[in-house]
Amino acid sequence: MNTTITERLDVIQIREDFPILKREVAPGVPLVYLDSTATSQKPLAVIRAMSEYYERSNANIHRGVHTLAEEATAQYEAAREKIAGFIGARKSREIIFVRNTTEAINLVTFSWGRKFLQRGDRVLLTEMEHHSNLVPWQILAQEKELLLDFVPVTQAGLLDLQEFERLLSHKPKIVAMTQMSNVLGTINPIKEMTRLAHQAGAVVVVDGAQSVPHLPVNVQDLDVDFLAFSAHKMLGPTGIGVLFGKEELLESMPPFLGGGDMIKKVHLRRFSPNDLPHKFEAGTPAIAEAIGFGAAIDYLNRIGMERVAAHEHDLISYALEALNEIEGLTLYGPSADQKGAVASFTMRGVHPHDVSQILDSQGIAVRAGHHCAMPLHEKFGLPATTRASFYLYNTRQEVDQLVRGLAKVKKIFG
Amino acid sequence: MDDLYREIIIERYKEPLFRGVLEPHDISFEDENPLCGDHIRIDLRVDENSRVVEAAFSGHGCAISQASADLLLESIIGKTLDEVKQLNKQDVLDLLGIELGPVRLKCALLPLKVVKAGVYGLGEASDSLVEE
Repeated sequence: MNTTITERLDVIQIREDFPILKREVAPGVPLVYLDSTATSQKPLAVIRAMSEYYERSNANIHRGVHTLAEEATAQYEAAREKIAGFIGARKSREIIFVRNTTEAINLVTFSWGRKFLQRGDRVLLTEMEHHSNLVPWQILAQEKELLLDFVPVTQAGLLDLQEFERLLSHKPKIVAMTQMSNVLGTINPIKEMTRLAHQAGAVVVVDGAQSVPHLPVNVQDLDVDFLAFSAHKMLGPTGIGVLFGKEELLESMPPFLGGGDMIKKVHLRRFSPNDLPHKFEAGTPAIAEAIGFGAAIDYLNRIGMERVAAHEHDLISYALEALNEIEGLTLYGPSADQKGAVASFTMRGVHPHDVSQILDSQGIAVRAGHHCAMPLHEKFGLPATTRASFYLYNTRQEVDQLVRGLAKVKKIFG
Repeated sequence: MDDLYREIIIERYKEPLFRGVLEPHDISFEDENPLCGDHIRIDLRVDENSRVVEAAFSGHGCAISQASADLLLESIIGKTLDEVKQLNKQDVLDLLGIELGPVRLKCALLPLKVVKAGVYGLGEASDSLVEE
């Protein structure tokens, strides 16, 4: 991408690092994993980092002074440093460990939203949000009587930016939007939208669940106030994710969950909260998972996000071209230049469930349903779609297998 | 898999015998599978002896759920409501003649769930209606 010519990924070599990609789903039927948007597979380096932690250093963090506790704390905090570096945060205390993207956004609505939003305030969202960046705001809106506005999605699957500017004139207190749609694959112009939102006086929350795993993302360059993402979609384990927040915002916010580790002092009737990032990390966290997340970051850094993005761009261009050839198949979302490696489609006369079931019989794992974006499907008048998504370990051959698999679907449903 | 898409299932999906709505009806109920958005409405007419005399389904869903609805309605015509209440998961699987994993089982059982919730006159359909 950009001006530098990126060296192609050695996908064959990369696939060697992922034990699961060698399995068969039935005798003689190898796995073709095209569901990384739901969750990615894990390289051996991540699996090993976690089991080594359990085999060698397992202890609770931050309190103990014994060797194991020191090692565990050092590894946990090293993971935080790696993540801060990966997204270009100024300080590692701006990285809050949470369970996943959903919890990160709930942290913002519960803590920032409850403190700073008042009755009648406007929240600006978009029609392409995943339920995780929709329902927390609906809950808050109900509680505080807020007004929710939505940037429309055009038929081409892009945000209507004129309408965005118009909605900004209503002076929303907060703009919450995804950087990459998990259904359409659309990559939104977050940097420009953030600039406009800031001009209008809004705080900007970005759902990075799909963008951070697949694109180079730098929070200082984008200037976003909050960014939420999950480890499991970027080669790491489930159960751990991150809320990045600008330090001054995080400092101004009350704690989210109360309990151990988030306090400085506790008396019977009051407490004083701990410093960042611990203020927001109550209770024993997912230590092994954080360490596994750190190993995933190392893996991605070694390959380079520019190269990951370039590889995926090649795959989605190739896939969209091939899928477009199939009679009766309709693709949703913009062209390859405006989207990530996600292809959502329907086939005339065949329900998406049946498409994915028949593909599964050929070892091809795709997702069918509304992909946690019901309002977006409603907008396009669809109960469900089938979604194939790609990551750094996928190949053009796998796209070919998908196309052959769809031919079989057509044959069965004739 | 080839078993899963047995001829009868594809046939009933493409050309169902009981698709439609009944107005008026004696019993009507609708529900959806929140996981995939499949939506089914079922209307029944019963005679003075509480026997099902007419049945129709509408909505949208995959081949498994649609064929299941069609075969189920065919099977309950002539049955009394008390007999319909006795139907369970295995009866539906026998009608379809296939084995199903946990995810697709929900598709197959949605029509029975809707029928039973309607027959029992319940406010909402619960999974417990179709467990053994």
